[in-house]
Amino acid sequence: MLIDSFFEAMTLIGSADPDLYEIMLLSIEVSLTALTVSVLLALPLGTLLAISQFPGKRIVITCLNSLMAMPPVVIGLLVYLMLSRSGPLGVLGLLYTPTAMVIAQILLITPIIASLAHQTMEDLHLEYSELFQSLRVTKIRAVPVYLWDARYSLVTAVLAGFGRAVSEVGAVIIVGGNIDHLTRVMTTAIALETAKGELAMALALGMILVAMALLVNAAVMFVRTFAQRNAYV
Amino acid sequence: MFNPQPLATNLNEPVLAVRSLRLLLNGQELLRGLELNCYESGVTLVMGANGAGKSLFLRSLHGLLPAEGEIEFAGRSLQQTRSEQAMVFQKPTLLRRTVEQNMLFAAPEGATAAQIEALLSEVHLYEKAKQPARRLSGGEQQRLALARALLTQPKILLLDEPTASLDPGSVLIIERLIQQAADAGVKVIFVSHDIGQAKRLASDVVFLHQGKITEHTSAQNFFHQPVSREAQAYLAGELLI
Repeated sequence: MLIDSFFEAMTLIGSADPDLYEIMLLSIEVSLTALTVSVLLALPLGTLLAISQFPGKRIVITCLNSLMAMPPVVIGLLVYLMLSRSGPLGVLGLLYTPTAMVIAQILLITPIIASLAHQTMEDLHLEYSELFQSLRVTKIRAVPVYLWDARYSLVTAVLAGFGRAVSEVGAVIIVGGNIDHLTRVMTTAIALETAKGELAMALALGMILVAMALLVNAAVMFVRTFAQRNAYV
Repeated sequence: MFNPQPLATNLNEPVLAVRSLRLLLNGQELLRGLELNCYESGVTLVMGANGAGKSLFLRSLHGLLPAEGEIEFAGRSLQQTRSEQAMVFQKPTLLRRTVEQNMLFAAPEGATAAQIEALLSEVHLYEKAKQPARRLSGGEQQRLALARALLTQPKILLLDEPTASLDPGSVLIIERLIQQAADAGVKVIFVSHDIGQAKRLASDVVFLHQGKITEHTSAQNFFHQPVSREAQAYLAGELLI
């Protein structure tokens, strides 16, 4: 039965099954949108936390690091409460839409990317700060320098965020509802198809997900190797 | 093409004046009321045993540490002369970029590609302009740091043991550039342990011991007739505690 399902899964992938590709494309679209917003928020946040001094900075960093470990279902629940009809943002009617899934993924991966960016930037700041003081480089001018010089480490953080977003199931099933042709993404579809006993579809989606994870990791490895070879990290 | 800018001085005013310079870090007094009037242009060498406070003194002169007291260069405050200073650190900090990009980062407004090329040629790094800076050898990195500092056309050049543990070739290149800058009127303040180098370059020597200046005299006097007990012991190679 397993072998049959496996071959059926391969056929689904090979025949470009429209349902399968629709689910895959929606997954990528939702995760890339969430990733774009997260990167815009997390990289400046991580950099500012690394190079600025303010009261309570340690507390903010501790909170940020703790948010990394926040269970996705809790994030899903929080977004659900905010977007549900009786919630503060209920009037927007976003619950059970891809936008709600994007919001959940943003909340999930922003702390991860910001925290990784902060660690990278803090190390770089420690290394560069005396030179920058000597050359009278202002903090405003220093930020793009930090972002550029840490780009290879940051790409790793961003790819880690994408990996986390695309493989997420708990939060998106709560706020997306796994609605066919609307909010069904790879992870929620795998859960559903497995529950239905439709192992071929579940396996096909699982294989695509694993392939994407391998691709992301290969990209991380390539970037790191290139950067290390040139002493850019 | 390498065109150092002289520090405008007045014969009646010290080139470097330090008054009541104190540095407290973590409750410890690391520089203890330093007083110095240095009238000599050229290279002032700062010597002393490890932990004497040489690097702290140099960093204070550059405004990197919150030292109390007054520092003046040719009658102008540290704040006023800050933009005319450049410093080379013992461990060079290079950006994660190419040699050429490291130079461009420090280049002042109006600096030309020809100036950058000329300086890189002076430090024998022109051929490596497109290479990652942090892939260079220790000596090459330090030469790049010096070239980058000189590109800012400083009138005051602060050097913290820039030739420590470098090969003789790199030392020679660095010393030649320092001498060239000093000859052109740049005030050079140089921390070094190397007595041979001190004899080759220094016009005067400031000797520090346990956060205090125990002697400031011409290089000639310092090496032939040191006055302070600490300087005598240091030159004799005795352990200074």
